Amino acid sequence: MASTDRIPILTMGDFLLVTIQVDMHDQLALTLQDDLTNRIVKAGAKGVLIDISSLDIVDSFIGRMLGNISGMARVLDAQTVVVGMQPAVAITLVELGLTLSGVHTALDVERGMTMLRRYLPVDLLATDVIDQD
Amino acid sequence: MSTSKIPATLQSQRDEILQEWIREQLAAESNRGDLLSQGELRAESERFLNVFTRAVSSGGINIRDEAYTPVLEILAELSRSRGRQGFSPAETATFVFSLKQPLFAAMRKSYSDSALLLDETWTVTVLLDQLGLYTTEIHQQAREEVIRRQQEEMLELSTPVVQLWDGIVALPLIGTLDSARTSVVMETLLQTIVETRSEIAIIDITGVPTVDTLVAQHLLKTVAAARLMGADCIISGIRPQIAQTMVHLQIDLSTVSTKASMAEALREAMRRTGLAVVRVKAATV
Repeated sequence: MASTDRIPILTMGDFLLVTIQVDMHDQLALTLQDDLTNRIVKAGAKGVLIDISSLDIVDSFIGRMLGNISGMARVLDAQTVVVGMQPAVAITLVELGLTLSGVHTALDVERGMTMLRRYLPVDLLATDVIDQD
Repeated sequence: MSTSKIPATLQSQRDEILQEWIREQLAAESNRGDLLSQGELRAESERFLNVFTRAVSSGGINIRDEAYTPVLEILAELSRSRGRQGFSPAETATFVFSLKQPLFAAMRKSYSDSALLLDETWTVTVLLDQLGLYTTEIHQQAREEVIRRQQEEMLELSTPVVQLWDGIVALPLIGTLDSARTSVVMETLLQTIVETRSEIAIIDITGVPTVDTLVAQHLLKTVAAARLMGADCIISGIRPQIAQTMVHLQIDLSTVSTKASMAEALREAMRRTGLAVVRVKAATV
């Protein structure tokens, strides 16, 4: 049962959008990690945005998973932004000693998107402009 | 206590006792004419003597008896108000203890049996001692309440988060940072960041007297938590002395941007958010 549960991954142009709206258990986190890396490779995504604004409870495993996902994405040439972390979650992670120093963070999805666009290589942006024309 | 002559003495010589008692209080070294007027003292003494006489007349010398409830109420009120006015516990207790001498004098006059006089003197002493101690106890309680309230106020006062601009909040820290305060500070700051959707938080430590490794650790924790939520922190108000201490203690603040003054920090925050302050006309002053 648990292994069939999945967190949906949406594609938005060059970015992947993940919204975590359920309590994360370990298997779910591992599945997400698996799915996400596959999708980055398949779609050639340049950025991943993980929205955790509905997440009230984290443990060290989930905290580390966020760090891992970011690391894996970077190896696959994609930037990761974690957005909307609740104050209580932030305090918990800091107390657990997980400062996620390699992960980009933003206050909300909008700012996260702006941030990802900024990280996008210039030539990609340029082709976008040409495409639009 | 039905044979006791104390109630009768108190009633028949009430005026003499009151006169003498007030004179005693005014003459006492602990009299605080600067804090309490003679009229107030007279009114308080009279009120106390009335309820005291009533309580003694009803019998019993245990101040926990129901008959003594009004006496205790008056004393509690008196202790509290005097405690707030700045009386010391001894000065407050003297109010009760100074009643002894006039009362004993009155008793000596009206008692013929010296054995009974001795017995009842002892009874009155015990009674007044209990009441005196009670005032001290209440006095202490009142003081402790004041201290507790001040502590709470200080905790709240010391952690205001102010919004400087759209997207810029500041947290001026005053006083030493311990673990309890850090968690309050952290919570308020993070909550404000969420509410105001601020991207930059300036933590000003001008009012922090010393920064040791523990305080630095608390600061870094706050910065890390804010960063996790997507807000950048700037630490400002680092005095030269503190900069020296930090380097001597090998506190690593390289992961945080630091500025010497709040003004510098605000300038940096505005630069990052793409804002600029311009003069629209020449200063008039």
